[in-house]
Amino acid sequence: MAGFNITKILDLLSSKPVIRYIIYSSSTIFFFALILIPPMLGILLKWDLMGQVFEDPNLTSRATSAISASFLIAIFVSVVDLVAGLPMAWFIVRGRTRLLSIIDTLADLPFIVPTVTLGYSLLLFWSDPKAGGISSLFGSSLVSPGWLLVILLHFTFSYPVVVRVIVGALQDYNYMYEEASKTLGAASLTAARTVTLPILKPSIIASFILALARSLSETGATVMVADTFENGPIFINNTRVAGQEGPMVLVSLILILVSAAIFAVIRILGPRLKMPIKRIWPNTERVLSNSGIVTTRNSVSIAIFLVLVLIPSLFVAFPAVSAIASSTFSDALGGVGVWQGYWQSLGLSYFIGIIVTLLNVIVGLPMAVLIARKRMGKVLPVILDILVNVPLIVPSIALGASLSIFWRNFAFIPEIGLLIFAHLSITYPYFVRAMAAAIERIDIELENASKILGAKPFTLFKTIILPLTKYSLFAGAIMMFARSVDETGATLAVTTLKTAPVLLVDWVRRKVPATSLEIGLGCAFLITFSFVVLLVLRLIVRGRGRY
Amino acid sequence: MPEVKVINVSKKFGGGKIVAVDNVSLQIQDKEYFSLLGPSGCGKTTLLRLIAGLLQPDEGEIYIEGKLVNNVPPEDRDIGFVFQTYALFPHMDVWNNVTYGPRVKAWNEERSERIGREMLEMVRLYERTDAFPHELSGGMMQRVALSRALATGSKLLLLDEPLGSLDAKIRFELRNELRRLVKDLELTAIHVTHDQGEAMAISDRIAVMRKGKILQVGTPQELYMNPKHIFVANFIGESNFLEGHVEEVDKETTIELRREVFVQISDITKKKGERVILMIRPETFVIEKGRKKKMNSLYGHIERLRFEGTNIRYEVRLENEDSIEVSRPTLVGEWFNVNDEVTVSFPPDKSYVFTYPSKGLREELAVE
Repeated sequence: MAGFNITKILDLLSSKPVIRYIIYSSSTIFFFALILIPPMLGILLKWDLMGQVFEDPNLTSRATSAISASFLIAIFVSVVDLVAGLPMAWFIVRGRTRLLSIIDTLADLPFIVPTVTLGYSLLLFWSDPKAGGISSLFGSSLVSPGWLLVILLHFTFSYPVVVRVIVGALQDYNYMYEEASKTLGAASLTAARTVTLPILKPSIIASFILALARSLSETGATVMVADTFENGPIFINNTRVAGQEGPMVLVSLILILVSAAIFAVIRILGPRLKMPIKRIWPNTERVLSNSGIVTTRNSVSIAIFLVLVLIPSLFVAFPAVSAIASSTFSDALGGVGVWQGYWQSLGLSYFIGIIVTLLNVIVGLPMAVLIARKRMGKVLPVILDILVNVPLIVPSIALGASLSIFWRNFAFIPEIGLLIFAHLSITYPYFVRAMAAAIERIDIELENASKILGAKPFTLFKTIILPLTKYSLFAGAIMMFARSVDETGATLAVTTLKTAPVLLVDWVRRKVPATSLEIGLGCAFLITFSFVVLLVLRLIVRGRGRY
Repeated sequence: MPEVKVINVSKKFGGGKIVAVDNVSLQIQDKEYFSLLGPSGCGKTTLLRLIAGLLQPDEGEIYIEGKLVNNVPPEDRDIGFVFQTYALFPHMDVWNNVTYGPRVKAWNEERSERIGREMLEMVRLYERTDAFPHELSGGMMQRVALSRALATGSKLLLLDEPLGSLDAKIRFELRNELRRLVKDLELTAIHVTHDQGEAMAISDRIAVMRKGKILQVGTPQELYMNPKHIFVANFIGESNFLEGHVEEVDKETTIELRREVFVQISDITKKKGERVILMIRPETFVIEKGRKKKMNSLYGHIERLRFEGTNIRYEVRLENEDSIEVSRPTLVGEWFNVNDEVTVSFPPDKSYVFTYPSKGLREELAVE
């Protein structure tokens, strides 16, 4: 049998240390050469241009306020995410009602639904008095495009991330500790504050970092709702369009450095951060634990979720549904007018998404094994474990800007190649991190048992590691795909090619004359396809059980 | 004084499909060391958690110190609880674990410190106050868990398989220590275990549970000497079961075993003709070489033997094809070899007779 022979050959090859060495080192080289170095190096190539900013006081003040706006908004929004998200996550896990499991599923959506569609939806809800949203109650725009709408937007897309992560952590949490605390006389709130939260601290910090990173990086939707307001990514985009390379490079560099510094500080100080658990106020905390207060807290959590997250996010459905009843729908399906460009963009987005996902799965798998199983010496895996996160925390438009400067030196690379490189960098950490974590969870004794029973490295990988990490592999791949389809900042920075989110930004900003029905329908198509992707993921996971 | 009363309590899981505790009533006296004993899944831990308030009963009432506590949350029941895996807070050192109770009860600092020190000295861990749980051995963690549970000053101590995850030797040491402590501090203790040896050694009284029901409550001696249920007879100590039927009831009961082997027992509660199971403990038998004519003699040969240290265990194949196990102290009397012809006998008052279970013997003794 041919299959048998191939397995045999691969087993034979994988038994040779040289081959394994080659696989791990090529994966490492790929990471440095294509993922990590280009985005870091590009900016430095334009070192000499950076002074330009200071020649123009107006530009200097714009740059300063854009940078501070980025970090202030990110930190503010992430803190609010935690304050609002923790009680909600608590309610979802401990409330145990059917409604809550639906909310739990809804919390998955932001991972899949493109942020640009969210941006347009919020624009309709908060700012468009004619769209039937909250503004129509006032007859004028309740929240005009600008910094406040940017904050609302960032809260809307980062809050579910925090909820998702904490819900996961709470589900894994051993409830016994809280029970122990109660048998010792602690009120519910005291038990949660002094026992559960400190134990969940790593997950809380992780969710904070994710929210922070998303807020710092988001470009497409922010551009839609910002009007003349500038944060870091918008400033980079504006200077890029205006051809002011010096300010663009400088702000990119600062965003990258400050982001890296913030994440390093959180990573180093986070574990040492002591939660205030020494002091206990038994009577106050007992009062705050009573069911009336808990009900109020839960109601407020639900209200925040509905008013600030769910309803604004779904609002894009109104123009979409009206569009289906109108001629816009048939135009869209026929590819008439603006729709020709739309379908091309969507095709491009999915094409890039698929290529990037496949490439990263191939080169990311050995990297995940290397990190999880500490191959290639003791030091390298630890360093790589930290470095793979870098593209995650760097604002994607800054990463794209730097990347495009770097690759421009290689004129033979077509624009679509740049696009692929940029998306490779941005999506890489999502997959490698998920896979490495999944492999780490496999008991090493299972691998040992397999080896003792005679499995060669390839067979071991095929029969033990792959089946046990299948879920993470699919999930990681789909996250990567979704992230690539959603990515706007880096795409804007490296190419003039229009991917779907870039096109939608153009439509909303009236660069291309599109009606609100058309924009709504465009968003709806994108969401629908994302939904199908999510559904496929769920079916895969359900069909094959946990593994 | 903590006296615990459980009245007609039931608890179901899985939408009522699994009855974990089935209409159980129980009374535990003040200062009593009480064990809930049974195979895994019998509902003993559920019952303990109901008493602690970690679970709510579907039916029935639970009283602690005469007060109905059904609607009292665990934090207000004034109990000490030791978890099977200890549940020591991983982010707190030994000292903060032990003084957690006094702190959440807002005792003044001096009192908290004094109690913490007393508790840790009592379990001989005062030098390890700075250690974190992951730095301790299993036995130490167990002792910290115990002192943490007692530091709240509670007089009712609930223990969920507290010795279950320890090595055999330490388990033996700690169970003696545990009983001494409970008695010295005049506590009421409810101890859940699946280990009958542990329950026998540590308890004043034991409730044997199976499938959510309590089969028998009694002192260790009562359960051993006078089991009321065939499952209890099997679960407490060891037993041989021989099938037969009642041939004659007079001053004694004559039972016919297989192939017309007749034995006499003192129990005269069964009716003539009734199908029964005769239960005799392995250590009850007298075993002699050759064919001796005595009361209640059974003849056979040694089929196998196992040396167990303190005892030697013989598997004897009787002439009627029944097989029995006989256990003799190693250092008393003579030893036998495989294939030796032997006579095995037992006194009429040290054997028990049970009505043959309607679902069959195997089903009645099943522990799962």
